[in-house]
Amino acid sequence: MISSIIFSILLIGGFAWFGINIKRIAANINIGRDLDRSDNKMERLRLMTLVALGQKKMFKKPVPALLHTFIYVAFLMTQIELIEIIIDGFTGGHRFFYPMAGDFYTIAISIIEILSVLALVATFAFLARRNLLKIPRFRMDEMTGWPKLDGNIILYMEFLLVIFIFTMNGTDEALHLRGESHAAGEGGFGFAMSSWYGPAIFGGMETGTLHILERVGWWGHIIMVLTFMNYLPYSKHFHIFLAFPNVFYANLKPKGRLTNMESVTNEVKLMFDPNADPYAAAPPTDPNVVPQAFGAKDVNDLTWMNLLNAYTCTECGRCTEQCPANQTGKLLSPRKIMMDTRDRLEEYATNKRKNGKDADDGKALLGDYITEEELWACTSCNACVEACPVNIDPLAIIVDLRRYLVMEQSKVPTELTGMFSNIENNGAPWQFAQADRLKWAEED
Amino acid sequence: MSQPLKVHTMAEYLAKGEVPEILFWVGCSGSFDDRAKKITKAIAKILTKAEIKFAVLGAEESCTGDPAKRAGNEFLFQMQAMQNIQVLNGYEVKKIVTGCPHCFNTLKNEYPELGGNYEVIHHTQLIQELINTNKLTISDGEAFKGKKITFHDPCYLGRANDVYDAPREVIEKLDAELVEMKRCRTKGLCCGAGGAQMFKEAEKGNKEINVERTEDVIETKANIVATGCPFCNTMMTDGIKLAEKEGSVEVLDVAELIAKAADL
Repeated sequence: MISSIIFSILLIGGFAWFGINIKRIAANINIGRDLDRSDNKMERLRLMTLVALGQKKMFKKPVPALLHTFIYVAFLMTQIELIEIIIDGFTGGHRFFYPMAGDFYTIAISIIEILSVLALVATFAFLARRNLLKIPRFRMDEMTGWPKLDGNIILYMEFLLVIFIFTMNGTDEALHLRGESHAAGEGGFGFAMSSWYGPAIFGGMETGTLHILERVGWWGHIIMVLTFMNYLPYSKHFHIFLAFPNVFYANLKPKGRLTNMESVTNEVKLMFDPNADPYAAAPPTDPNVVPQAFGAKDVNDLTWMNLLNAYTCTECGRCTEQCPANQTGKLLSPRKIMMDTRDRLEEYATNKRKNGKDADDGKALLGDYITEEELWACTSCNACVEACPVNIDPLAIIVDLRRYLVMEQSKVPTELTGMFSNIENNGAPWQFAQADRLKWAEED
Repeated sequence: MSQPLKVHTMAEYLAKGEVPEILFWVGCSGSFDDRAKKITKAIAKILTKAEIKFAVLGAEESCTGDPAKRAGNEFLFQMQAMQNIQVLNGYEVKKIVTGCPHCFNTLKNEYPELGGNYEVIHHTQLIQELINTNKLTISDGEAFKGKKITFHDPCYLGRANDVYDAPREVIEKLDAELVEMKRCRTKGLCCGAGGAQMFKEAEKGNKEINVERTEDVIETKANIVATGCPFCNTMMTDGIKLAEKEGSVEVLDVAELIAKAADL
């Protein structure tokens, strides 16, 4: 009875806290500008199934992909056992599905146990990869401090989750064999792993100790699940949820296409309109609406898609690994662009919540987080976009920040100023006369 | 056999009351860069040989605005785009072929929203089509016999527009061996010129991108690195020069390979 109450409080509290954080993140993403991605629902669904659920792009690196699949599938399958834990927790029962599901129960729990072992192997492999092996993408400047710790904390939690579940099943198996388990039936459960290691490890212990250990496993597991769930919104690991909407709403157009800024189109059309009156009064504007800047200076100038991208990034670094600028020692790292965007968004939103809607903290994504040198190192080659397993687009942010530099601040590398004026004056990026464009045909 | 090159402008066609099949968008590199002009001529020779009625805009052509857009100058880009669209629509252009993947990408993907709707193809796609429909035959001359050719994917053709096979299929028609670099197709390494980098010094680093890419080329032991982009051509040519491999590795556009093989 008491335990059911404690359980209910923990569970409801855990989900409520998670809900509050989901609402916070959704609100933060909605700080971004509007963007219509409501088209092509079937194609989007297909891509989401293939890329997010099916992890198609992960398999460019087969070994990490396989290990990642172990953890991913184990995570999905364990949810079945979680449903039972929740039912047992509320009712005070023990293994609710066992009497009614028969063989199916044994098979389901056996699959979960086998997957948990594989997930454990993957967890150790990933810990070794992050901390022992010298893999460049895990050792870059942006991966020190919190991002490094964050990556390890998730793996420690996964380790604990598996250990608790194995303790629970192993001790329960030993108890069931003695007829002391609170579950129905007699003899062993016959689960794939615990029927073997249960008696081997726990068989010699006293029944009282086993009951305590079984409860430690049970409570430990559910507490870890709730902790893990509530850790996610503060972590890079939130990708396990956001990968789905992120792929669903990702750009479907050819990667080479950059958006045409509508605000610019209106002005340019006016310039080309022979009937436009250059002395006409400006159209009336709503004094409450802040005119939108050309390009992006801060997170509120970016689209909600850019911001969803930022929260989805799990800092795997495949983008940066493929970036030609990064490979040749330049400052640019597409992963850092995504991490900066998320960190600034958190800071921006926290400031607004604490100090009111109009509060300005005097900082911006451009300058305080991302420098001009990083932006001007980009070749717009799309290697980062191609590499991302969940279709994040760092290039879109880079271009929008460049736009602000150029159109709002006139901060342009000198050579590019020359290129601009050549295009303006001669219709070519170099100083050649437009009249000479056909000279090649006459030359031998 | 080399024949005198006859290139007509859209204005000339209009004066004659005729409509060409296709507009050849030459681009700024193709018009002014001495190296790229050779590629332009190769494309023009191929079009002539295949008896395609093509026209150029000549002095009426202007930069598509790609480098301005990638550098963040959306105003300049859209000014260029609107101007070009007025010209193109004025001539009622339906189909465009271009030798520059940057022009290709901009015309194909960024002009439609601004009122410029055309069928745009890259010259490697056109050559592929001409060969497949027997409009262009490659004489069995032994121009490339025993040679190894590797293809450098231009970012704006490959990743940007998913055109990977056309240039490769064309190269495979030659009596030569196509070898791939360790980084190719979707994983192809940029030459370093995209995103307006062509017009500025690279940011501080420990290596030039084209040097890194040239090492991939040299590793394949290819005699020829084929490109499909005038910017890539410049970057690869510089890279080969820096590596002092001019004697053993040639940088040629796919159009130049075909023009040579077809004895044009």
